[in-house]
Amino acid sequence: MSRPFLEVRNVSKSFAGVRALENVSLTINQGEIRCLVGENGSGKSTLIKIIAGVYAPDHGDIIIGGKLFKRLHPIDSIREGIQIIYQDFSLFPNLTVAENLALNHEMSQRRRFVDWRGVNQIAREALARIGVEIPLNARVEELPVADKQLVAISRALLQHARLIIMDEPTTALTRREVDALFRVIKGLQQKGISILFVSHKLNEVYEIAEKITILRNGKNVADGDTSEFDRAKLIYHMTGRQVEQSRYEREAGGDQARPLLKVENLSRRGEYSDVSFELYPGEILGLVGLLGAGRTELAMSLLGLRPPDSGRIYIDGKPIKIRSFEQAVKQGIGYVPEDRLTQGLFLQQSIGRNIVVGTIDRYLNRFGLIDSRKVNGQISKWVRDLSIVTPSPLLPVQSLSGGNQQRVVLAKWLASNPRILVLNGPTVGVDVGSKAEIHRIIRELARQGVGVLLISDDIPEVLNNCSRILLMRKGRIVEEFTAGMVSENELVNKLSGAA
Amino acid sequence: MKRLPSTNEFYVAATIVLLSIIIGSINPAFFTLGNLIDLLRSSIVMGIFGLGVLMVIISGGIDVSFTAIASISMFATTKILRYYDFQGTVLVAFLIAAGIGLALGLINAVFISLFRLPTLIVTLGTASMINGFMLAFIGAREISNIPQGMIEFSKINLFEVTSSTGFVYGLPAAILILAALVVFVWFLLKYTMLGRGIYALGGDRVAAERVGFDINAIQFFIYGFVGLISGVGGLVHTCLMRNSDPVDLMGTELVVIAAVVLGGARITGGHGTVLGTLLGLFLVTIITNSLILLGIPSYWQSAVVGMLILVGTGVTAYQSKRAQASHGLA
Ligand SMILES: Nc1ncnc2c1ncn2[C@@H]1O[C@H](COP(=O)(O)OP(=O)(O)OP(=O)(O)O)[C@@H](O)[C@H]1O
Ligand SMILES: [Mg+2]
Repeated sequence: MSRPFLEVRNVSKSFAGVRALENVSLTINQGEIRCLVGENGSGKSTLIKIIAGVYAPDHGDIIIGGKLFKRLHPIDSIREGIQIIYQDFSLFPNLTVAENLALNHEMSQRRRFVDWRGVNQIAREALARIGVEIPLNARVEELPVADKQLVAISRALLQHARLIIMDEPTTALTRREVDALFRVIKGLQQKGISILFVSHKLNEVYEIAEKITILRNGKNVADGDTSEFDRAKLIYHMTGRQVEQSRYEREAGGDQARPLLKVENLSRRGEYSDVSFELYPGEILGLVGLLGAGRTELAMSLLGLRPPDSGRIYIDGKPIKIRSFEQAVKQGIGYVPEDRLTQGLFLQQSIGRNIVVGTIDRYLNRFGLIDSRKVNGQISKWVRDLSIVTPSPLLPVQSLSGGNQQRVVLAKWLASNPRILVLNGPTVGVDVGSKAEIHRIIRELARQGVGVLLISDDIPEVLNNCSRILLMRKGRIVEEFTAGMVSENELVNKLSGAA
Repeated sequence: MKRLPSTNEFYVAATIVLLSIIIGSINPAFFTLGNLIDLLRSSIVMGIFGLGVLMVIISGGIDVSFTAIASISMFATTKILRYYDFQGTVLVAFLIAAGIGLALGLINAVFISLFRLPTLIVTLGTASMINGFMLAFIGAREISNIPQGMIEFSKINLFEVTSSTGFVYGLPAAILILAALVVFVWFLLKYTMLGRGIYALGGDRVAAERVGFDINAIQFFIYGFVGLISGVGGLVHTCLMRNSDPVDLMGTELVVIAAVVLGGARITGGHGTVLGTLLGLFLVTIITNSLILLGIPSYWQSAVVGMLILVGTGVTAYQSKRAQASHGLA
């Protein structure tokens, strides 16, 4: 079985003078599950796009199935049996779910005509393979982010593929879908299909990988069997330094005197019902649940994006109605959205502008003009604090790696000095080294009196940072835990257990 | 669940019905077969252009050069045939016009596809270049004695009706050209991978590249094809008018684009249907043709068309904003 299917030899790639890859090599054998790991900006996605034929390497060779490709185009790569789940999904927002699901199949079959009945058939089978239900006639632009990711995954899991590359395929998913995906991956492996898997969730890496390739700053640093790397070693290779294994001192649960935010019997039909909770200043309150539990919908109601049907919201004890996003912002609520890549950023605009866009009115001088010194000061502060890897904040956000784009969204909201901060998966797609740094910043904010509602699928993250945790299931808050009352295993079981 | 585009088409169709009832109740002449034929007759050339505009808009581009291409194709063709005093079939005229249109469309394609320039800039440039070239080298004087073949073609009617006042209305056979193009474009957009590639390109260019579409090939096809049918449309226009005027189409490009957008094609790309386009064009034709029946001065035409565009695009924009807001655009 150990014939190489793909060989990448000494590939280099620069973007406008910035080295993204330098002499990188990678071999993937038939039927092998390999993980590609590295910090944000280490070149993983760039390498994948070179294998896809999307970028041409400056130097180096790509050999697929024994064939050397001088100039690889996407269609060549697809015809050699390579399928890719892109980090940004790369779906067509204007087309239906069914057509999105069938396109990869049709293209790899060199179809000239569309057989619409066949399209629906392919789409149904694709979704059935990972056991999810998404309306086939919906347009992809109408879907919530997790469904988009599931569509992106399903369309690439072609049965006649030879290599399936997954660039952080689980960022929006909860345990249940990840389990289903891993079952599918194992099944594909049985058929001799190779898998290249990228993830910042090391648990997933250890669970699925047979081999690991580690990149750092665009260079190969280590390669071998998964068993050769323990966690500390893996992180050392990724970061080049010894990272303190995240051991947090939990804060006391904030000032219990008077809730900053109080929610009473909030309901919205078909999404969540009878939700009540309090958020105290200085508290980090966790909210966990599976997909479809109603967490994101609840958050959006707090943000005025989906007004509740009934129930009350109080801020500082005063009942308020939040009817629009602007009102929420005025009340001092900040929100880091779940679907960052499409909802949080102006991709063509510069990194700096994206950071200050929400707060630009705070940097006016006495003539009412923008004080560019203040603005630039603010921008460099956030680029530094969140270690955004870029040669210059004047570059468009587009030029950043996925994880660094997410930091820009975070910076944008942290810069707005919210009193209540709703974080929906704040460290999704962020590498292990920087995760701890972001947690530190969040806790620092809490210490200053900000109330944080932390929605996350990352159980250790929730356990380590939150003083209280709410568990949502089918639109209701079914349990509440105080920190320390529940172990990681218990919480994971509770989450999926009685679903 | 009803889909958005069908509701859009539904709204346009409803507007057409409503407007017809209003116009008809004020002036019953609207509901005569003769008037319907008149409306169809005026829709032919607009319809041909509209199909091209539709494809461009779906692909995420915009083309303002098609009237210039149509004008030079028809005018040059007429001149050439006159020069050689050609007496033969109209097919030759169509071949020449289509050829000129295709060549000019491909010039657009080269700049748009190979040099990656914005479509609006390129087509604005080619449009003014073509117009300048035509006026400088071919002439600006209209030709009213067009070649015999073209006149004969314009006289072929599918059927004729005589009104009570003794006026003969004929539905020109040229409408078959429109019909054939409608079927062709509809099939292309719906049932070929090339057509789906046009939607994919308009939806997300990068994603379309990654999934294996050849963007250059698609753009060459689109702009080449649009050039070709613009040439054909121009020639039909000349035949039906029995007059070749190098400037009388100028300015109509905005009306056509507006009608296509009214029919549900989104100016941001990725959306649009043949049916919607036909409905949008028909609505605009009714308005421009019938204001006269209502005794409204013709300069109100453009104001009404403009209003409809604002309403039409406004509704689409509002709908898509609503759809996004419900998923938490922040
Ligand atoms: N189109 C581009 N233009 C300019 N620079 C780019 C471009 N694409 C990537 N880069 C740069 O190349 C480097 C590698 O980026 P890449 O996206 O491959 O990182 P990654 O390992 O996938 O990171 P992440 O884990 O955050 O997704 C980064 O420094 C990034 O800024
Ligand atoms: Mg990446």
